[in-house]
Amino acid sequence: MTTYTEYLKERREQEWREELRKKLKGKERTDQPRVHMPEVDPNERVKSQTVEVNLGLGREEAIKEASRCMDCVNPTCIEGCPVGINIPEFIKNIEREEFSLAAKTLKMYNALPAVCGRVCPQEKQCESKCFYTIKLNKPAVAIGYLERFAADWERESGSMDVPQCAPSNGIKVAAVGSGPSSLSFAGDMVKLGYDVTVFEALHEIGGVLKYGIPEFRLPNRMVDVELDILKKMGVKFVTNFIVGRTASFEQLKEEGFKGFFVGSGAGLPRFMNIPGENYNGIMSSNEYLTRVNLMGANNDEFDTPVLRGKNVAVIGGGNTAMDSVRTAKRLGAERAMIVYRRSRVEMPARVEEVKHAEEEGVEFLNLTNPIEYFADEKGRVNKMRLQLMELGEPDASGRRSPVEIPGATQDIDVDLVIVAVGVSPNPLIPASLPDLKVSRWGTIEVNDGMQSSIPVLFAGGDIVRGGATVILAMGDGRNAAKSMHEYLSDQKD
Amino acid sequence: MNRIVEKEFFSENVVKLVVEAPLIAKARKPGNFVILRVSENGERIPLTIAGADVEKGTITLIAQKVGVSTEKLAALNVGDSLIDLVGPLGKATDIHKVGTVLCCGGGVGVAPLLPIVEGFKKAGNRVVSVLAARSKDLIILEDEVRKWSDEVIVMTDDGSHGRKGLVTQGAEEVILREKIDECIAIGPAIMMKFTSLLTKKYNIPTQASLNAMMVDGTGMCGACRVSVGGKTKFTCVDGPEFDAHQIDFDELMMRLGGYKSEEKEAFEIYNKMLDCKI
Repeated sequence: MTTYTEYLKERREQEWREELRKKLKGKERTDQPRVHMPEVDPNERVKSQTVEVNLGLGREEAIKEASRCMDCVNPTCIEGCPVGINIPEFIKNIEREEFSLAAKTLKMYNALPAVCGRVCPQEKQCESKCFYTIKLNKPAVAIGYLERFAADWERESGSMDVPQCAPSNGIKVAAVGSGPSSLSFAGDMVKLGYDVTVFEALHEIGGVLKYGIPEFRLPNRMVDVELDILKKMGVKFVTNFIVGRTASFEQLKEEGFKGFFVGSGAGLPRFMNIPGENYNGIMSSNEYLTRVNLMGANNDEFDTPVLRGKNVAVIGGGNTAMDSVRTAKRLGAERAMIVYRRSRVEMPARVEEVKHAEEEGVEFLNLTNPIEYFADEKGRVNKMRLQLMELGEPDASGRRSPVEIPGATQDIDVDLVIVAVGVSPNPLIPASLPDLKVSRWGTIEVNDGMQSSIPVLFAGGDIVRGGATVILAMGDGRNAAKSMHEYLSDQKD
Repeated sequence: MNRIVEKEFFSENVVKLVVEAPLIAKARKPGNFVILRVSENGERIPLTIAGADVEKGTITLIAQKVGVSTEKLAALNVGDSLIDLVGPLGKATDIHKVGTVLCCGGGVGVAPLLPIVEGFKKAGNRVVSVLAARSKDLIILEDEVRKWSDEVIVMTDDGSHGRKGLVTQGAEEVILREKIDECIAIGPAIMMKFTSLLTKKYNIPTQASLNAMMVDGTGMCGACRVSVGGKTKFTCVDGPEFDAHQIDFDELMMRLGGYKSEEKEAFEIYNKMLDCKI
């Protein structure tokens, strides 16, 4: 059996790659500046919840950017990718204008390239390990933009490649939840010949990709196209089905399911437990984004309403906070504010999201933390009290910790507050499986192969991690598929 | 899927629907609820399950018209299907043998109360039920409740059926007369608040089932949060039933009014739309 490193080496030694490497001198590649992502003008884009901010690279821009990639002997970028995409191979395919092969390469490792090309924090992953970043101190090859280009090109070409699957082995496996970890798991398992069914509690497939991430960052149709490929590969999807409630794990086992992957997501939004937090007009980012993204509350043709505000404060500094505050801006807020207890440097949100939010006129009240809410006679929030903070010593996360400045508070007018301070694991699955080992935070405990204390049950994504990214969830799905395959193969013998 | 097989109006605004849902019929327990959608662009509506027939594979839902979405639900006919139906959700009622149980239902709250009455009776308890509504036509499921109760007291605000008076009057009479070991109250928030105050006075453990606002119903959004014993709980996954003496009913009522102006506006638009069609 060849290792992945040996495989990558073989691929790199293909004649076309060798020739392509010789086409340009190293300096001709490294002297080129990194491409810029074209964007819709901030004043225009804030008028619509559905206009995608990033426009994507054009053909020539993409080829040029691809030519910056050195096709390194030791492609460290791959180490930064949670799903281990053969990055140089897909990029070199773009350079030689074999775009559909580039897309095909992506799909060997990643069930959702058009999604990942848009929402992955590449600057912290592949691009942080790029030769340009670590050796040249220059901006990395725009791996994320190129991933998006290849995936978009293939979709727009109208002939989507459906990855090859092994002949059916007739073994039924289930994925619980239809977010990124389950989809990644489903894609890998169906390729191995399994009969895969994905069960989703909501009425739509896609999990956080649908209810969470707004359309201006990830259009729903991108997700639908990738779901369509999975369907063509044979993955079955069942909506409105809560495993453990609508039917128990035991019932599903009786129906022939041999393995389960739980990717049920983070679920419960956290609140801060401060006075006044249950007033009307204060809600979780999950509720706000679900009303808008999943239920269409921004659109008159949909029945679900969402509260609008003139002065909207979003509590938190992560990507969900940025998604919420930018949504508020698009729904007509005059002031859309981020209230974050640390400073810009410690913000966990992607640099691009913060930049986009700033361009769109979002105000950043950094080093402030809400301590109390006030309301009018009807119970609608109208004011919040902020504790002013300063930075102290680094905490366990390595970031400087926020410390209260004694006596320093500030009151500001707000009529809508979105709380985006994280999530806790959803209790539905653990509650239906008393034997399942969970941590004291309620996350499912798994081994290196994502296998839980119940051998036929594997888990990944936020139900294991407690709150992470799309791509880490997808990495878990892949990992779980690999070990479930090994486990079920051993059982057969 | 989710076809409506039976429909009956209890009153102008209260409708009973029997819906095909074999898996839910089999899995549901008293206290559980479902979430449904009537149409592609519709809201997710939470409704407590009022009954089920495992053999026929159906569940019974009872809805009151309170806005656009419930109007649309009530406009469906036998043979139509719900576009989405998911459940059973929420924790089941803790049904056990305790002695004498007082079951208080107000308005459409009698619908979710019915399976609980049945459950407590089947568990070997003496069950006394008090049903209350504004007037006679708003008293629902009386015969069904009678079937599983040792005694039923009906109270109406106007005295058009049973006795004139509030649910608390009927309940207090029973409490003064005999030893009550547990009480269940389901109905409008204000009705549950006063029933809870009454039973607190007599130290009777009481459960109330809350009809908080919800979006997903699976714990994800937190729209249904409620203060119980000073702590924030989610009605959908921690409830819908809680220790009534610990519930902050005033906060619940305030939160139930959170979308009043949006609801009113939507209803006006909906009515105008209907006028145009005519």
